[in-house]
Amino acid sequence: MNIPLTMFLVFIAITLGITYWASKRSAGASAYFAASRQIKGWQNGIAVAGDYMSAASFLGIAGIIAFQGYDGFLFSVGWLVAYLTVLLVIAEPLRNAGKYTMADVLAYRLKPRPVRGMASLSTLTVSTFYMIAQMVGAGTLVKLLLGGMVTYNQAVIGVGLLMIVYVVFGGMLATTWVQIIKAILLMSGTFLLSILVMAHFHFSFSQFFAAIGQVTYHDAKGAVVVKDFLTPGLRYKPPYGPLDLISLGLALIFGTAGLPHILVRFYTVPDAKTARHSVVWAMVLIGSFYIMTTFLGFGAATIVGPDFIKGHGGTNMSAPLLAQALAGNIFFAFISAIAFATILAVVAGLTISATTSFSHDFWTNVIHKGVERKPGEEVMVARISAFVVGAVAIGLAIVLQTANVAFLVALAFAVAASANLPVIVLSIFWRRFNTAGAVTGLAVGLLASIGLILISPSLMGIDPPTVVGAARHIFQAKAIFPLENPGILSIPLGFMGAIIGTLVSSEPSSQEKFNELLVRSNTGLGAEKATAH
Amino acid sequence: MANAARNLEIAQPKQYQASQSTWDKIAESKEFQDLMATKKMFIVPAFIFFVVYYFALPVLVGYAPAFMSIKIGFVNLAYLFALSQFFVAWIIAGLYVRAANNFDRLAKDILDKAEDAKGGK
Repeated sequence: MNIPLTMFLVFIAITLGITYWASKRSAGASAYFAASRQIKGWQNGIAVAGDYMSAASFLGIAGIIAFQGYDGFLFSVGWLVAYLTVLLVIAEPLRNAGKYTMADVLAYRLKPRPVRGMASLSTLTVSTFYMIAQMVGAGTLVKLLLGGMVTYNQAVIGVGLLMIVYVVFGGMLATTWVQIIKAILLMSGTFLLSILVMAHFHFSFSQFFAAIGQVTYHDAKGAVVVKDFLTPGLRYKPPYGPLDLISLGLALIFGTAGLPHILVRFYTVPDAKTARHSVVWAMVLIGSFYIMTTFLGFGAATIVGPDFIKGHGGTNMSAPLLAQALAGNIFFAFISAIAFATILAVVAGLTISATTSFSHDFWTNVIHKGVERKPGEEVMVARISAFVVGAVAIGLAIVLQTANVAFLVALAFAVAASANLPVIVLSIFWRRFNTAGAVTGLAVGLLASIGLILISPSLMGIDPPTVVGAARHIFQAKAIFPLENPGILSIPLGFMGAIIGTLVSSEPSSQEKFNELLVRSNTGLGAEKATAH
Repeated sequence: MANAARNLEIAQPKQYQASQSTWDKIAESKEFQDLMATKKMFIVPAFIFFVVYYFALPVLVGYAPAFMSIKIGFVNLAYLFALSQFFVAWIIAGLYVRAANNFDRLAKDILDKAEDAKGGK
């Protein structure tokens, strides 16, 4: 029996058991959308970590460090430091003033229908982009990890069906526990792998870093190259590299606090203080994990080597191949199962945030003006939309099988930073802010991010005819915008859109209600309480 | 506007409700002003510090790669500075949690007062 497959099946069996357990506790909107707000601080912290550390950060980051050294480690830094924005600025006001989505906070003092409509559109855009990237990755990876036992399409359909089952039947409670289990697995796997890497170097940091100082591989022309992988600049080269690095930093620092699937997690705890503690728990786990990417990435570069990885599945396989090199096939299977769990937990989180926004913001509040026509309608609509979201994600992942979709993650962060974050921040802190400002801010942030990515080197570039498939640029022309990450331009544009939209219009009621939002968000007066099962 | 009012009622059925003048009164009270001042005194400098400290990394790595490649022990300055970001982030988070206990205390007074006023009516 194939060992990776067995481990996949064990994980699936456990999570389905949890879903069955959760399904009996998911009656009612607060239970379904927010796990009755009874998740403990440390549990939510682990779940945030599980929701956040995607395949891009586990497999992707190990791969980038394995091939481009130090510059890859800069992603790791940004992914943790970003949580200070969440902690200092967003988590507590959101928990105090909102109910299920980020739009709840905006709708307090602004006109609910236009604001919720736009916020929902932005949420669905971020979630869909992010999900397509995850699903395409999932298809390729599961196929590779199972050694050809399933096809790409079967893998995508399997992942899609599982995420639908978790979300439709188990709601937020099942999603939370899938994320908790995944985070624990990921942390232990990464820790074990790090120990094994150090054991390989006889627990001597000087030997480890000496090896990093002379990574040997063949370049594109077949010549042997020896490089110090701890030197900056292997990925971000002049003239635009440094600017791209800053732009990436901006998107991470301001985008994380605008990611809908992270924000909804703060509604699952009883109060703002617990939300705060859960961010700290998440920071401890996420930080420890990203420090350990040193061992994963540089370990793969030194022990396995870029040449071997290139010939055995490519950059994303760096971490699993490292496991195989250090401890054989069973450990390879274990790390593969963790990668699989990672993908499932993240897509489940994305699905539930997308469906919550669709049913709560769009269906109930925009179309039906805040009235649930019959009890349980909101939850029912969410369950139906989870099917639709899942089906669309499966379909797009199959269509985009050979497309280069890595830029979609950057795009999701850029939209979150340029559209969502400005309006959340201005709505909490700026008395003058109004509906027109929120709608233009969201629209400008969304369009600027998408527009700039479309004309960036991620999509535009001239390839020689030998380049085919996913590596080939979609538009065969010189890139108009020189940076891969649009944040440095799109974030200021999002803020400007929101500010100018506000200044050219007048809405006295939004200013009058500012005091209410200010008091609610800062004291927790009247905040949503936990509900009994 | 009728829509908005109805929305609030339906979207937050069990929530604390109060008149506009009550919210204004709380917002203008000394206790609330104290809370906001206390929060600002920590959050604004902490936010500015972490943003400056964080962006120093890509700026230095991007524009002074030779300087950042200086060897220190068996690693280099670039790696040490990147590693320090993790510990700085954790320290700021720890300090914030300590400071926030103070915010909670100030907020609780406001909450108690508001609930009392509500009960007294």
